[in-house]
Amino acid sequence: MTRLSSVLRGAIMPVLVVIIWEILSRAGVFSAAFLPSPLAVAARWVQAMQPLQPFNPSESSYLVWLVSGEFPHDAAASLSRVLSGFAIGAGLALPLGLLMGTSQRIYTLMNPLVQILRPIPPIAYIPLAIVWFGLGNAPALFLIALGSFFPVLVNTIAGVRQVDSIYLRAARNLGASSMTIFRRVILPASSPFILAGARIGIGTAFIVVIVAEMIAVSDGLGYRILEAREYLWSDKIIAGMLTIGALGLLIDTFASRLNDYLLRWHRGIGT
Amino acid sequence: MVDTHISISHVGMVFRSSGGDVVALDDIQCDVPRGEFVCLLGPSGCGKSTLLNAIAGFARPTSGTITVDGRLISAPGPDRGMVFQEYALFPWMNVERNIAFGLDIKGIAADQKQAVVDRLLDKLGLSDFRDRFPRDLSGGMRQRVAIARVLALDPPLMLMDEPFGALDALTRRSLQTELLRIWTEDRKTIVFVTHSIEEAIYLADRIVVMTYRPGTIKRDLVVDLPRPRDPASPAFNDLKRDLAELVMAEQERSSDAERRAAAVD
Repeated sequence: MTRLSSVLRGAIMPVLVVIIWEILSRAGVFSAAFLPSPLAVAARWVQAMQPLQPFNPSESSYLVWLVSGEFPHDAAASLSRVLSGFAIGAGLALPLGLLMGTSQRIYTLMNPLVQILRPIPPIAYIPLAIVWFGLGNAPALFLIALGSFFPVLVNTIAGVRQVDSIYLRAARNLGASSMTIFRRVILPASSPFILAGARIGIGTAFIVVIVAEMIAVSDGLGYRILEAREYLWSDKIIAGMLTIGALGLLIDTFASRLNDYLLRWHRGIGT
Repeated sequence: MVDTHISISHVGMVFRSSGGDVVALDDIQCDVPRGEFVCLLGPSGCGKSTLLNAIAGFARPTSGTITVDGRLISAPGPDRGMVFQEYALFPWMNVERNIAFGLDIKGIAADQKQAVVDRLLDKLGLSDFRDRFPRDLSGGMRQRVAIARVLALDPPLMLMDEPFGALDALTRRSLQTELLRIWTEDRKTIVFVTHSIEEAIYLADRIVVMTYRPGTIKRDLVVDLPRPRDPASPAFNDLKRDLAELVMAEQERSSDAERRAAAVD
């Protein structure tokens, strides 16, 4: 009951904003190109979510058909770019971070370079990315990988360096070799930091993917809303933005659930 | 003939620091026979933990030698199981995995490993907690797991660094009693560091009282009371009074040194 009432109370403001927005649109305060009505946005969204062709069992399975609409297709394209770009960026950052965290020599060698490159926003690499990779998926993946690289790197280094030496002493006392200590002590002990870095990294990747799609490719949600601007379809722009928000929420919720599951030892039972 | 297990010969340890060298240990000379329960007793800063760490192989003495079973100690090893005051359990492993850690490293077959773990869970009253993570256990339970983790490798020697120092009085007593029971069963050699006089008398065959910087042996005495020892008995309290005098003298020196250091700052 209290849960229901808190949900209702939370809905007051969003519902009120939508109602006022609809009233103002109907009163003709804004033109449809400047700010379309919420109902127009909703209609566009439903339209863009629907499959383009009628269902034909001989061509595809029902599930594939269900997500064959414009927005589902774009969302899938954006998501796959985020995941592959993140995999590249994190895949490079993790081993380097582990090396820099465990070896003071490698840290001293690499850290100045990292500190110089890290403050450059990935978006600032766009011109260079196009010069290097041309147009298409390659520059987009490069930018996304770059966006997830530094958060994962920095957190991995910090994670390895904060491992309490008492765990290392206990492991050595029980006969563990350096390799075993690395694999079974340093890696899990730094995992809360590494996973926090991965969550920041995937968030950055999601920001970068939208920008990259506006420049280099011809599908994805970032491309779709920029395309809609060409035709002044403001209802489609806003519908696309809401879809981007929903996808971002989905990614972050998943990352957070995965974090909680992997780190259940860290948080304790039932928290 | 006495079967010497640990032989500490002219051991000195100097730590370099910006404020000058600190002599943590100076010319320590001590032999521990196999199966003996020895307590190293003294105020903090007397080097008792430093000596224990040197036996464990975590720190190499600046001078002198330590041999265990005739072999010179130069690195940590599973033949000298260590129990830490901070438990040092791996928080990402549940109780069972923690206890099995040393056996994993030794490459023991799974069924054999399970048998050892089950026996130790039972021995230390941990069977109901086998799937728990350390953070969901009380301090007493955590230290039981840490003891089981060391016992899993069946080391001939156990090193304990103020293992019960962070526990409340009642938990402390029950773990002391349990440790004595385990020791009576296996007769492992135990070197136990503590600053509690009562704990030392309750547990040890022999108490080595150490001095505050430089750490030397002030008194090396045999506790000749029958077990189980009654902390309320006159003999227990006579010994407690004698030891308190020795330890308090060192405690005074430690506070004086601290006050002087503070005055210099």
